[in-house]
Amino acid sequence: MVKAEGVHKRFGRLEVLRGIDLEVAPREVVCIIGPSGGGKSTFLRCINHLEKIDAGRLSVDGELVGYRQQGDKLYELPDSEVCTKRSEIGMVFQRFNLFPHMTALENVVEAPLRVKRQPKAEVIPRARTLLERVGLSDKIDAYPNQLSGGQQQRVAIARALAMQPKLMLFDEPTSALDPELVGEVLDVMRGLAEDGMTMVVVTHEMGFAREVANRAVFMDGGVVVEEGEPRAFFASPQHARTKQFLSKIL
Amino acid sequence: MSEATGVSGGPPAAADRPRTRPEAIKAVPLRHVWRWISAVVVLALAAALVGTIVTAPNLRWDVVGQYIFGGLILQGALLTVELTVIAMAIGIVLGVVLAVMRLSPNPVVSSVSWFYIWFFRGTPVLVQVFFWYNLNAVLPHIGIGLPFTSIGVQASTNSLISPLLAVILGLGLNEAAYMAEIVRAGIISVEHGQTEAAMALGMRRLQVMRRIVLPQAMRVIIPPTGNETISMLKTTSLAFIAAVPELFTRAEQIASSNFDIIELLIVASIWYLFMTSILTIGQYYIERHYARGSQRALPPTPLQRFRRMLFTFHAPPPIVEGVEAPASLQHGGGR
Repeated sequence: MVKAEGVHKRFGRLEVLRGIDLEVAPREVVCIIGPSGGGKSTFLRCINHLEKIDAGRLSVDGELVGYRQQGDKLYELPDSEVCTKRSEIGMVFQRFNLFPHMTALENVVEAPLRVKRQPKAEVIPRARTLLERVGLSDKIDAYPNQLSGGQQQRVAIARALAMQPKLMLFDEPTSALDPELVGEVLDVMRGLAEDGMTMVVVTHEMGFAREVANRAVFMDGGVVVEEGEPRAFFASPQHARTKQFLSKIL
Repeated sequence: MSEATGVSGGPPAAADRPRTRPEAIKAVPLRHVWRWISAVVVLALAAALVGTIVTAPNLRWDVVGQYIFGGLILQGALLTVELTVIAMAIGIVLGVVLAVMRLSPNPVVSSVSWFYIWFFRGTPVLVQVFFWYNLNAVLPHIGIGLPFTSIGVQASTNSLISPLLAVILGLGLNEAAYMAEIVRAGIISVEHGQTEAAMALGMRRLQVMRRIVLPQAMRVIIPPTGNETISMLKTTSLAFIAAVPELFTRAEQIASSNFDIIELLIVASIWYLFMTSILTIGQYYIERHYARGSQRALPPTPLQRFRRMLFTFHAPPPIVEGVEAPASLQHGGGR
């Protein structure tokens, strides 16, 4: 589903990604862990072209992200096509980023109505079902500031799911939450994983990574240091840097 | 942090215990002596000022009364309102367009906007109104057509740009430059995460602007826009130079025939004050509308506030029995 080969990204003189190689298979759940500033979020943002990569190849579902290849040449995609591709990838942010001037339901139906131009009669029932699925059937008409952090994040997940994405990206979805609200969000994500959604999750929730992920990836200094089956990965990390990191947080 | 533990259970047992409500506080209220003293001083000064004006020997209030609802003055006031509405409409629409252009990644588009704002904000509005009014002096004919050919249509400037249109163009185009900066400030004030979230959903740049960013920018845009509207209401008096018969022009015309200059200025001022007061009230309700989703409870209306102020002037707010915090407040953790 996602294939990265030697992905590089720099911000000015700071090289954030220095050759990421990673593949994510359909229906696979990959958790990316690692220290702050290691390039985890940047990599995630590159996958839906919120950031442009400087070198390497990055493709989603067999198609290059942001470019079209013809022979040896790369052509930049026009905005409209970038938008269409983004609409097929759901993204959940650390700080929720719900639209504060819209109710929970309006947040969820906005993109299906405006981007996919699906009929209201179809979108609204689906949105209600989604909000029910994330346990918020009683908060449909609430504005984001009337919801707790955990509730907001669950609306954000429903909003992403409403576009029926083939891939979901989670950028530290529980890092801005009170500890007691983390569980409700992770439960929703676990349910998604069980339903076979392809997910790339940047997280500090090691318990979630161990239980739910098919693969754990440790990223530091802009490269993938180590990856493996989660139980083995957490039980006996091979790389010295991974051991050092895990010893501090477990 | 270990794994998820599921949604936490109900409230702790302590909350289930029956509570006995302690006796309400009964205390001697603090005396607000200075409020009373300042009120007396202010009232005395105001009375003195009003008295001086009302009893001024050469001020003929009967003339003010005679003209305040006079036909010409009323027509003038109506035209003032019309001019304000049209000029502000041009200013707001063009201002939004300019602001979005200014923030466009397209360098040509953003430069055009920059140049427009630089020019129209950098020259006096009086000069601009004069310029449109006297355009025929430099350009006797205006037309659309292919440059350097004779293909196209032409008309004489005087027939195309009436004095009224000259004033509207002068005021509206100038206002657009100011509105552009106000709208731009509003757009910038919206957190970048909003744009990012909308883009991640696949929304196009203009969709993001129209559906997500601008509605949130409104909270920042509206107060200065209200200010601009009030300012515009008075700036329309510049129509005087084009002899467009709005409120001020009418008052001046009447004054120049009967020499009751101050009286007619008072008439005009009363109308300007009345109209700006209406605008102030309107602005308040529009602001209230756009506060939706940003405050838990809408702010009180002026009437409610006035009542509350009267009430707290001499007594602490009453203790109302059985009032619970709204459900949203009780839920905790919300932001």
